[in-house]
Amino acid sequence: MPLHLLFFCVWRREWRLTWRNISSSLNSVWFFIMVCTLFVIGIGPDRQALAEIAPGVIWVIALLATMLAVDGLFRHDFTDGSLAQWLLSSQPWYFLLLFRLLTQAVFIALPLALVAPFLGLLMDLPGMAVLPLVASLLLGIPVLVLLGAIGAALTVGFERGGLLLAVLILPLYIPVLIFAIAAVQAAALGTAYSAHLALLATLLLLALALCPLAVNAALRLNFYY
Amino acid sequence: MWAWFHKLGSPRWFYRISDLCLPWLTVAGLLFLVVGVVWGLLFAPPDYKQGNSFRIFYLHVPTAVIALVGYYVMAIAGAVSLIWKMKLADIVMKEAAVIGALLTFLALFTGAVWGKPTWGTWWVWDARVTSMLILLFLYIGVIALNNAFTHPEQSGKACAVLSLVGTVNIPIIYKSVDWWYSLHQPATIKFTERSTIHPDMFWPFVVITVGFYVLYAVALMFNTQTAILEREYRTQWVRDKVQQ
Amino acid sequence: MQFDSWQAFVAMGGHGLYVWLAYGVAVLSLVAGAMVQIRRRKSVLRNIRQHYNNESEV
Repeated sequence: MPLHLLFFCVWRREWRLTWRNISSSLNSVWFFIMVCTLFVIGIGPDRQALAEIAPGVIWVIALLATMLAVDGLFRHDFTDGSLAQWLLSSQPWYFLLLFRLLTQAVFIALPLALVAPFLGLLMDLPGMAVLPLVASLLLGIPVLVLLGAIGAALTVGFERGGLLLAVLILPLYIPVLIFAIAAVQAAALGTAYSAHLALLATLLLLALALCPLAVNAALRLNFYY
Repeated sequence: MWAWFHKLGSPRWFYRISDLCLPWLTVAGLLFLVVGVVWGLLFAPPDYKQGNSFRIFYLHVPTAVIALVGYYVMAIAGAVSLIWKMKLADIVMKEAAVIGALLTFLALFTGAVWGKPTWGTWWVWDARVTSMLILLFLYIGVIALNNAFTHPEQSGKACAVLSLVGTVNIPIIYKSVDWWYSLHQPATIKFTERSTIHPDMFWPFVVITVGFYVLYAVALMFNTQTAILEREYRTQWVRDKVQQ
Repeated sequence: MQFDSWQAFVAMGGHGLYVWLAYGVAVLSLVAGAMVQIRRRKSVLRNIRQHYNNESEV
C-alpha cells in the first residue's frame, strides 16, 4: 500500500473511533478547564498575580491533561487483540505507528489548543501572548503525546497504568515545558519568541523520528508472555 | 574474539569471577574510602572562604559523579540486554538502578547540607541541583517500572527501553534546565563563588573518588550475584554452589 | 593535622552541624544499604535451600 493511502486509512480509523466516542475524547478538555478553575480558586482572584503565573499554570495543566489522555492510547486495542494485528500486518510497522501517533497527537492537541485562549482570558494573560500560547500548544502537545506513547506502550498490560505512567514520563516532559513556557512568557513581555517555538519544533521532529522505534519495542514486549 | 564477550554473558562465569575478586575489591575500596575521609576531614586545609563546610565536597562530588555515570552503566547494560538478549546485562541494569538512585539521593542531600552554610539556604533551584533531582526521577521511573511487572524478562525489556529513552533525553533535559536557569537568574540570593581547588585539598578528593568507584563496583557485583541466585536456582551449578 | 583539639574537630569552625550531618547521613545510608543487601542475600539462600529440601522430600 502506498504510504499516503496508509496514512489516510489510519487517519480515518482513528477519526471514527474518536468521533464515535466523542464524550470521552472531550474529557481532557473539561479536565483542562476545571483544573484551571481550581488553580484560580487556590491562588485567589488577584488579576495581577494570575497574569504572572498564567503561562506556567495553563501549560502545566495542558501537560497533565495530555498525559491522562495518552494513558489509554493503546489499551483498548491491546485487550481486544487488534494491536497484535497491527504489528503483525504486512504494512511497515514504523509508518503504521508513526501515522497513528501523529493522528492521535492532532486529535489531542487541537481541542486543548482551541480552549487555551479562553483560559488565557480567564487568567488575564496579556493579549499578545495568546497566539504564542496556541502555537506552543500545537507544537508542544504532539511531543508530549509521542513521549507519552512510550510510557503508554510500556504500561499497556496493566489495567490501571495512570500513576505509573506519570512516574515514567513526567521527567521526560521537562524540556517541552521549559521551552513552551519561555515562549509564552517572552511574548507576554513583548519580546521575540520565534526562537523558542523553533526549539519546540526541533523537539517535535526529533520525537517524530525516534518515538515510533521506542513505542514499537515497548509494545512488542507485552506480547511475549 | 567474541568468546570473552559471550563468557561475560554467562551468569555462572560471572559468579565465579566476581567471587574471586569481591573480597579484594571490598578491602581496597574501604581502605581508599577510610584513608580519603580521614585525610579530607583531618589533614586537608579548610577553604579560605567556606571554612570547614568545604569538607562536604569530598562526599558530594564523588556521589554526584558516580550517580551520573551509574545512569550510563544502567543504560548500556540495558542496550546490551536488548540487543544480545544477555540475561546478565538485564540483571546488572536492574541492580544499577537501585544503587544509582541511592547515590543520587546522597548527592542531593549532601548538596543541600553544603548549601546551607555556603548559600544560606538548603535548597536552590539552580541548574545542577535541578538536573540532579530530575536524574533521581529518572531512576525512580526505572525502579517503579521494574517492580510493576511480575515476569523478570518482560520487566528487563521494559526497563531497558525506558533507560535508553532516558539516555537520549538526558542531554536535552540538562541543556534545557541550564537554559531555563539562565533565564531566571535570581537577583536576591548572592552566590559565593566555589573557589578553585588547592592541590592539598584535591588529593583526598581523588582518593575518595577511587574508593567510591571501587565500592560501586563491589555493590553492583554483590547485588548481581544475589539476583543471579534468585533467577538461576533451578540450574545445577547454583544447586552445587548452595549445597556445598 | 588541621585541628588543635578534639573539640575543635567536632566543632569544625562552627560548621560542625553541617559537616557531621552530611557525613553521618552518608555513612548511615551506605551501611543501611549494605545491610539490606546482605540480608537479601541470606534470605535468598534460605529460600533456595528450602526449595531444594522440599524437592528432595517429594
